Amino acid sequence: MCLAIPAKIIELYPGEENRALVEVAGVRRHIDTGLLEDDPPKTGEWVLIHVGFALSKISEEEALDQIRVLTMLGEQQAAVEEVQGYGLNDS
Amino acid sequence: MRFVDEFRAADVIGKATEEIRRLADPQRHYRFMEVCGGHTHAIYRFGLKDLLPPNIELVHGPGCPVCVLPMGRIDDGLSMAEDPNVIFTAFGDMMRVPGAHGSPLEHKARGMDVRIVYSPADALKLAQKNPSKHVMFFAIGFETTAPSTALTLMRAKKEGVANFSIFCNHVTIIPAIRAILDSPDMRIDAFIGPGHVSTVIGCRPYAWIAANEGKPIVVSGFEPVDVLQSIVMLLAQLGNAEAKVENQYKRVVPWEGNRAALKAIGEVFELRPYFEWRGMGFISQSALRIRDSYGQWDAEQRFHVPGVRITDPKSAQCGEVLKGVLKPAQCKLFGKECTPERPVGALMVSSEGSCAAYYNYEHRKAAAFTTIGAKA
Repeated sequence: MCLAIPAKIIELYPGEENRALVEVAGVRRHIDTGLLEDDPPKTGEWVLIHVGFALSKISEEEALDQIRVLTMLGEQQAAVEEVQGYGLNDS
Repeated sequence: MRFVDEFRAADVIGKATEEIRRLADPQRHYRFMEVCGGHTHAIYRFGLKDLLPPNIELVHGPGCPVCVLPMGRIDDGLSMAEDPNVIFTAFGDMMRVPGAHGSPLEHKARGMDVRIVYSPADALKLAQKNPSKHVMFFAIGFETTAPSTALTLMRAKKEGVANFSIFCNHVTIIPAIRAILDSPDMRIDAFIGPGHVSTVIGCRPYAWIAANEGKPIVVSGFEPVDVLQSIVMLLAQLGNAEAKVENQYKRVVPWEGNRAALKAIGEVFELRPYFEWRGMGFISQSALRIRDSYGQWDAEQRFHVPGVRITDPKSAQCGEVLKGVLKPAQCKLFGKECTPERPVGALMVSSEGSCAAYYNYEHRKAAAFTTIGAKA
């Protein structure tokens, strides 16, 4: 559970503090970017997310590397299920 | 090695293993502890142990928050949700962890309102959608996870969500490393430092391990080549009789950590005087509790917490495995009374626990080999 997973910032919401729509392996959900307030991410950038919060910004190359490792670890599917919130509607 | 062969950087891995063989003194036995459960999982999954010379031993550390949580805390958390007005929420990892009277999932089967959430923020949302219920979130995790709980509590306070609370079981990694180093049967030569914890705390908090204890530590990424490079760096330090903190995972871990995350932790939490770790006993200042200024959202202040204490059976040798004195399979219960399906001790509980990782990859591999051998 300590592994953070890479996600791409798809949309930011002006006026809505620290909220972003991200995509993880084709699945989209909202996350909180409050932990990156010193260097807020922009649309199209990659972040490492952990339990619904962006922990750090990473390069695209690093993100793709990590996705491959997660797939090899057999964690990618579990990560996607987690991100989907186990059916709990993310709105 | 199948997994490693598939890896794009196979030649880089080849070079790193060559370098390891060159640097490792054949006269010496090395014990390196990987602190983080994510590393343990990766080491078994990628078969990295098979790439190392036999005199380099990897010891699996305490960095699995599910594993180190005492069973009594699970019972404490579940007892609060006996109230039919309470919704019990926790991460998926927690759901199968057995308490004295069953896991959260088993309580759900008996009628308790138990929900899996991906994020503490989802638990808060659930509270906002169910104003007539009380939503309690069972928070676990090291410094990687604590900032998210902190921001969630700050939002609960800001938005005045009264029907929400956190049962805080956050622990901190440094005191656990200190406890391992202080143990009289400690035999660790150097540490592979946690990657994602360090994105939050940075590399400075490890300085005493090098300066005072004379042990090298390298903060490492999770790819096979990251772990191997970290071992190269540790061997190079030991070969030069040096002990310093190095950062192999610079592309993700800033030396100073994440200031906003540390600020959030400081705003919401304070250190507990002591906390019990499963398999390790009580460790002083090793866990976080919620500050009085957020007491309204602290489940331990809102509910009666029975303070259940259940000791693991004496036959379980989790403490010795954690300190590297025993390998998982050397424990008397391993694979017999204690399996991932029915864990007795802490380290068999989560896939990141060293016994469960060992069981899932090494033990099953060995069992399959024996079966094939018997058929032939």
